[in-house]
Amino acid sequence: MNTTNQSQPIFDYDGAYIGQYGGQFVPQILMPALQQLGQAFEDSLQDKDFQEELSQLLNQYAGRPTPLTECTSFGVNNKVRIFLKREDLLHGGAHKTNQVLAQALLAKRMGKNRIIAETGAGQHGVATALACALLGLDATIYMGKKDIDRQAPNVFRMQLMGAKVVPVDNGSGSLKDAINEALRDWAASYDTTHYLLGTAAGPHPFPKMVKAYQKIIGEEVKQQIQQMIGKLPDAVVACVGGGSNAIGIFADFIKEPSVQLIGVEPAGHGLDSDAHGATLLKGSEGIIHGARTQTLQTEEGQIVESHSVSAGLDYPAVGPEHVHLMKTGRAQYVGITDQEALEAFQELSRCEGIIPALESSHALAYAKKLAQEAQQPMNIIVNLSGRGDKDLSHVMAIIQNKAVN
Amino acid sequence: MRYQNLFTKKQADKELAYIPFVVIGDPTAELSLHIIDVLVDNGADALELGFAFSDPVADGPVIQQASLRPLANQFSVKQGFELIRQVRDKYPQLPMGLLTYANLVFAQGIDNFYHQAQVCGLDSVLIADCPVQEGKLFTESAIQYNIQSVFIAPPDADDETLQLIAENTQGYTYVLSRKGITGTEVAASQANSDFLQKLRAFGSAPLVQGFGISEPEHAYQAAAAGVDGIITGSAIVKLINQHYNKPDLMLEQVGQYAKTMAQAAHQAHD
Repeated sequence: MNTTNQSQPIFDYDGAYIGQYGGQFVPQILMPALQQLGQAFEDSLQDKDFQEELSQLLNQYAGRPTPLTECTSFGVNNKVRIFLKREDLLHGGAHKTNQVLAQALLAKRMGKNRIIAETGAGQHGVATALACALLGLDATIYMGKKDIDRQAPNVFRMQLMGAKVVPVDNGSGSLKDAINEALRDWAASYDTTHYLLGTAAGPHPFPKMVKAYQKIIGEEVKQQIQQMIGKLPDAVVACVGGGSNAIGIFADFIKEPSVQLIGVEPAGHGLDSDAHGATLLKGSEGIIHGARTQTLQTEEGQIVESHSVSAGLDYPAVGPEHVHLMKTGRAQYVGITDQEALEAFQELSRCEGIIPALESSHALAYAKKLAQEAQQPMNIIVNLSGRGDKDLSHVMAIIQNKAVN
Repeated sequence: MRYQNLFTKKQADKELAYIPFVVIGDPTAELSLHIIDVLVDNGADALELGFAFSDPVADGPVIQQASLRPLANQFSVKQGFELIRQVRDKYPQLPMGLLTYANLVFAQGIDNFYHQAQVCGLDSVLIADCPVQEGKLFTESAIQYNIQSVFIAPPDADDETLQLIAENTQGYTYVLSRKGITGTEVAASQANSDFLQKLRAFGSAPLVQGFGISEPEHAYQAAAAGVDGIITGSAIVKLINQHYNKPDLMLEQVGQYAKTMAQAAHQAHD
């Protein structure tokens, strides 16, 4: 169906694929649902009323555009300036809200009044719940039982906004199992139900669609940075779990070869340990959650559990476009450990008065390394994809535990 | 050829083929072989065997539970192929299909997987998370190693998809009467005969109905709709889930159940 020309990498989706990654590896029963969604998505791109309604929601409800803030001291030295894209200031506290509002509008357009979604730490679940409350949709959120126990405040937030939270006890009871359960629900319910997938992974059209709805991050950055420094940045750094905030900030820079794109994966206890979530760096090619992509797996192809101090990066697969960007060399992917991320979490709080999400702290930690190693003047943009309020009790427990030991 | 021989004979005898499904290696390698013997002794005309996978998105809770046991016992894909080979040695004429997930086929090389399937004597492979539209990734290897590829025909597929399925499925066509995942929570209904006729008009392999088939009544409905066989999966696996700690009771219950369903399938046209 697709041939990848090695000398000329493809940077746009060709049907369901980007390069050789992506596709629609789902039970046959789900194909009509994906085809309908793909069609509705493409139609909505041409529909001015839809685009206007979405843009109004993003501006007046969610608070776009978000600012670009220059760091006063975090990571800064005489060669390097660091700028933060403030998705932490978006309503809901993370970039997730961008694409959730868009998909919820799309669901309404398709006449579907029930929304299902998966969530790990609860951020995507909270974003889905708020969009459904706003737009009058019925929300069911699948969440691993282990995660429900660990993330009580987010469970309560979702419930406050009217969503039903369904514990998933199958498999390992974590994010990947919540995705499986949502797919199972959808196989029987797609006539009335939209599956609002939370990241730029999964079967086509999700990766392409989530990218389209998140690329506003990079578009704003491009304008803002040129206003601030009169040129493009040298590097754009973002954390990668499923990869939606990264693809969102990368998208508008992919065809700007002077801009280095760097995705930061959770190295957990270390890339050489077996407790990390570095799917691109340490995983291998596979087929999971509907897409041909990279995954953490055994030799025989059983999917294994990932680990990260940050629940939002704790996912054993990744969006297919990141695999393509890595294999073509357009983006680089690096690892940051739990410890390094925790240090960046505290340092940004202290230096700038901004408490970042643990996910975004991975990107911050790498930007700091990059700044330390810089040989020449450099302007670095970090996607501050979310705020850290949700992580406070978790980080507090870790810090206190360390103090005791 | 084994499927063709089976369905030719079944059509001549005016019987539905009865095809039970179990997860290979569940609850243990040894008991899995016993279960298969009991199924064959009680009238199974063919077998559908599943490889345990960590993320079985097409399966309901019953088969998910059965998949966890072999995984917890470190029962490998390699051991699964070896076990199937033992079954083949014992039953040289019995049609045997594998039901698996795409990543297990992909992980160690697609050619290598189909080669192993051929070596252990499988007739067909159905990949639960590979729709016919993505089938090309696998079917070339399947053809090379003489393995028939089976696809699932859902009840609301459009004509274009039904034609693709009919043209690409070999051995038998796995038809559904309802949406959703495997399991007896939602019973099968009588398949729409327009849908079945369309598949036949597109030249499909014999039609075997699965998902939600658990009672003799479903066999009669299937015969009335005009399918050629039935698959029961979750209904058997549920018995294994309930009684795997008491192997004798488990084998007895599985045997009784298979006997009832096989009889219903064989008499459904009477």
